[in-house]
Amino acid sequence: MLDLWNNLHPLVQGLIKGLAVILVIFPLAGASSLAERKVSAWMQGRPGPNRAMVPWIAWIPFLSTFLRRLGLFHLLADGGKLLFKEEPLPGHVNKLYFILAPVIAMMPAFTTVTVVPFGAYLTGSGEMVPLMLANVDVGLLAVFAVSSLGVYSLILAGWASNSKYPFLGGVRASAQLISYELSMTLSVVPVFLWINAPGTAGTMSLARVVEFQSQPGFWGGTWFVFLMPVSAFIFLVSLFAETNRQPFDMAESEADLVGGFHTEFGAFKWSLFFVAEYSHMLVGSGVFILLFLGGWNPLPWVSLADLIGGLHRLTHAAAVVHPLFVGVLSIVIFLVKVLAMIFFFMWIRWTIPRFRYDQVMKLGWQRLLPLAIGNLVFYALAIAFLQKPV
Amino acid sequence: MATEFSFPDPAAKAAIAEYESEKLSLSMGPSHPSTHGVLRLQLELDGEVVTKCEPIIGYLHRGDEKIAENMTYNQFVPYTDRLDYIAPLANNMAYAIAVEKLAKLEVPARCQAIRVLTAEMARLSSHLLGLGAFGIDTGAWTVFMYTFNEREKLYRLFEELTGARFTTSYSRIGGLARDVPEGWTGRVSAFCDQFLPILEEILALLTRNKIFMDRTVGIGVISKEDAIAYGLTGPNLRGSGLGLDLRKDCPYSGYQQYEFDVPVGTTGDSYDRYLVRGEEMRQSVRIIHQVIATFPGGPWYATEARKIFAPPKDKILTSMEELIQNFMLVTEGPQMPAGEVYFEAENPKGVLGFYVVSKGGGVPWRLKIRAPSFCNLSILPKLCVGTMVSDVVAILGSLDFVMGECDR
Repeated sequence: MLDLWNNLHPLVQGLIKGLAVILVIFPLAGASSLAERKVSAWMQGRPGPNRAMVPWIAWIPFLSTFLRRLGLFHLLADGGKLLFKEEPLPGHVNKLYFILAPVIAMMPAFTTVTVVPFGAYLTGSGEMVPLMLANVDVGLLAVFAVSSLGVYSLILAGWASNSKYPFLGGVRASAQLISYELSMTLSVVPVFLWINAPGTAGTMSLARVVEFQSQPGFWGGTWFVFLMPVSAFIFLVSLFAETNRQPFDMAESEADLVGGFHTEFGAFKWSLFFVAEYSHMLVGSGVFILLFLGGWNPLPWVSLADLIGGLHRLTHAAAVVHPLFVGVLSIVIFLVKVLAMIFFFMWIRWTIPRFRYDQVMKLGWQRLLPLAIGNLVFYALAIAFLQKPV
Repeated sequence: MATEFSFPDPAAKAAIAEYESEKLSLSMGPSHPSTHGVLRLQLELDGEVVTKCEPIIGYLHRGDEKIAENMTYNQFVPYTDRLDYIAPLANNMAYAIAVEKLAKLEVPARCQAIRVLTAEMARLSSHLLGLGAFGIDTGAWTVFMYTFNEREKLYRLFEELTGARFTTSYSRIGGLARDVPEGWTGRVSAFCDQFLPILEEILALLTRNKIFMDRTVGIGVISKEDAIAYGLTGPNLRGSGLGLDLRKDCPYSGYQQYEFDVPVGTTGDSYDRYLVRGEEMRQSVRIIHQVIATFPGGPWYATEARKIFAPPKDKILTSMEELIQNFMLVTEGPQMPAGEVYFEAENPKGVLGFYVVSKGGGVPWRLKIRAPSFCNLSILPKLCVGTMVSDVVAILGSLDFVMGECDR
C-alpha cells in the first residue's frame, strides 16, 4: 500500500493530499459550528438546534428522534441553506476584492493544515513516524508565516465592503492580529530552545516537539505545559486573539460593529469566513496541543508507545502493533484533544464578556509582549545553565 | 476622555495639522443590535473615539398623547402597555392611579396590594431584561439567556393573571381587570424563592468579572449635578448616589407598609447602575414576599364608584340598574370631574408621570406623559463624547431605556 502511494506522481499525490485537507477540514469546521450552537445551547439552558430531519431516517423509530434532538442534520441544513441562498453583492462594494476576501480567508486556513502532524504510525523496526501531509523542516515557522496571511482577508473584506462598520472591523482586525502575532511567536521560542540543545542541528519541526515529549523518563515525558506554563498561557491567549474569538473578537464585535468585517457578506461567502475561522481554531488548537499538550500521547508521562506496549502485553494481539491500528489510535487521541480545545474555546466564548478594542491592544503590547520577552530570556538563561554545550 | 493636547511649539501644531484626519460620521441605528429598538445615534468619530453624539429619536412615535384625547379613560389602558413595554403592569398602575387621583378615588387595600405586587414583578421583568441586554452589549450572551429563562417564568405568571404575556392591560380606573386567580400568589412566592439563587448566579457571572469591570467601571460617569440637571430618574439617578425613590419619598398604593432599601451607587458609572439594578431586584423580591404575607381580603375594586368602575357581569345580566350603569360606562366612559392632576410613579426605568387635564366627562382633554427613558437619554450627547465606539454600546446598555416610552 505504501509502495503504491510512493509510486504515484508527486502531482497526483499533492492533489490527493489537497483534496483530503478539504474533505477533512470542511466537515470538521462545519461540525464545530454545529457544536458551537449545541454547546452554547447547553450552557444557556435551552434545547438548541433540534428540528432538522432527513426523510428516510425519520422513519426509523427511536434513532430518528434521538438524532433530531441531537441536531445532527442541522449541519446539512445549514450548509444547504447557505449554499443555495441568493448571493447578495451590494452595489457599493469593490466587486473583485469583495469576492476575493472569503477566498483568501480559506487559503491560509487550508494551507497550514498540511504541515501540522496529526498522528504517528509504527514502522516494522518499532520506530514512531509522524503522520503529516508535508514534512517541512521549518514546521511551525511555516504555520506562522501562512496563517498570518489570514489578516489580509479581514482587511480586504473590511475595505472592499465600502461601508463604515466593516471598515472599522477591518482596521481593528489588522491592528489586533499583527500585535498578537509577536507575543505568539515569542512564546514558542523557549520550546524550541529546549528541544534543540546547544551545538546540535536545530529544527522547527512540530513532530520533533512531540517526539521530545514522548521520551521515556520523568523529564522526557513531561509535557511542555508543565515545563513552560507561562509560554503555554501566552500562546493560548494569543491564539484566542489570532482566531478572532471572544473575548478578542474585535473584528466582529457584533454588539457595536453589527457584524464587523462581514457585515455586508451573505450566503456562502459569509459561511466561508466561518469555515476559515473554525479551521484556524482547529489548526491553532492542533499546534497548541502538539507544542504543549504532548500531541498524540494520551497522558503526561504515558507516551503512545507506552500505551501500545501496555496494550500488547495485556492482549498479546498482533493487531495492536499493526501500523494501521497505531495510526488510527494516534489520530483519534489527537482529534479528541483538538475537540476538547475547541470546546474550551466555546466555553470561554459563552461565559465571559468582550474586551474593548484599546484594552485588547493594551493587553497585547503592555502585558503579553513584555511577559513573552521576559519568559524567553528566563528560559534562554535557564537552558544555557542546564544544558552544557556538547 | 478626549483631551485638548497643548503644543508647546506652535510650529509643531501646524505640522501635525497637515496630517489631521477627517472625522468619520457613523449613523448607529435605527436598526442596530445595541440601540435597543429604534434609537439612532449620529456619531462623529475620530478613529474610534466619539467626538460628537447626537441622538435622533421619534422612529417609534405613535402620538399616544393625542390618541388619549380621542378615547375614554379605560380605552387608553392598552396604550400604556406600549409605553415601557417591558413593564406594562407598572405603566397600567401608574396611569390608573393618576386618573383615580383626578377622581379623588381611593381603591381598596386588596386592589392596592395586587397593584404593588404586579408592579414589583414588572420591575423584576424589566431589570432582568436590562441586565441581559447589558450583558449582550458587553459581549456576555449567556447572561441574556439566563435572564430570559426567568422572564419566561414571570410571563407565565402574568399570563395566568391577565390573560396576556406581554401587553397586559390589567388596570382599570378604580380597580383591576379581574381578581387574582386561586393559588396564584403561592406560585408567585414559589417563583421568588427559586429566583433569588438564580439571580445571585447571574450576577456572579458579571459582578467581579475583570473584563466586565474593565468595560464598565469609570465608563459613562454621571455626576450628581448632571443627574439632577438632566432630570434623570430611576436606577440611573440612584447609580449617581442620589437616593430618590418615589416608593419611599411619596408612597402611593400602600408602598409605605412595606420595608425595603433603596440602593444607591457611589460614582455614577455604568458599573454602579448595573449594581443598583441587581440590588433593586433583591429588594423587589423582598417587597413581593411582604405583599403576599399581608395579602388583604375584601373587594378588589372601588365598589362605591359606580360611575367609574363597571359592575360585575352577573349583575349586568340580571339587574336593570347595573345594565344601564354599564351601558353608560361603555359609551360615555368613566365620569371624571373637571380639573387637572399630575401623578408620577417609580417605574423600573425611572419616574413615569401622567398629567391629566379633564373638562369633565369620560375623555381626557389633554394627557401628557413624562417618560423616564426620554429624560434619561437626554444626557447621551454629554456622556458619549470622548468614549470609544464600544463604550457607547456599554453606556446605552447601562442606561436601560425603552424606545416605546421615549418616543410615545
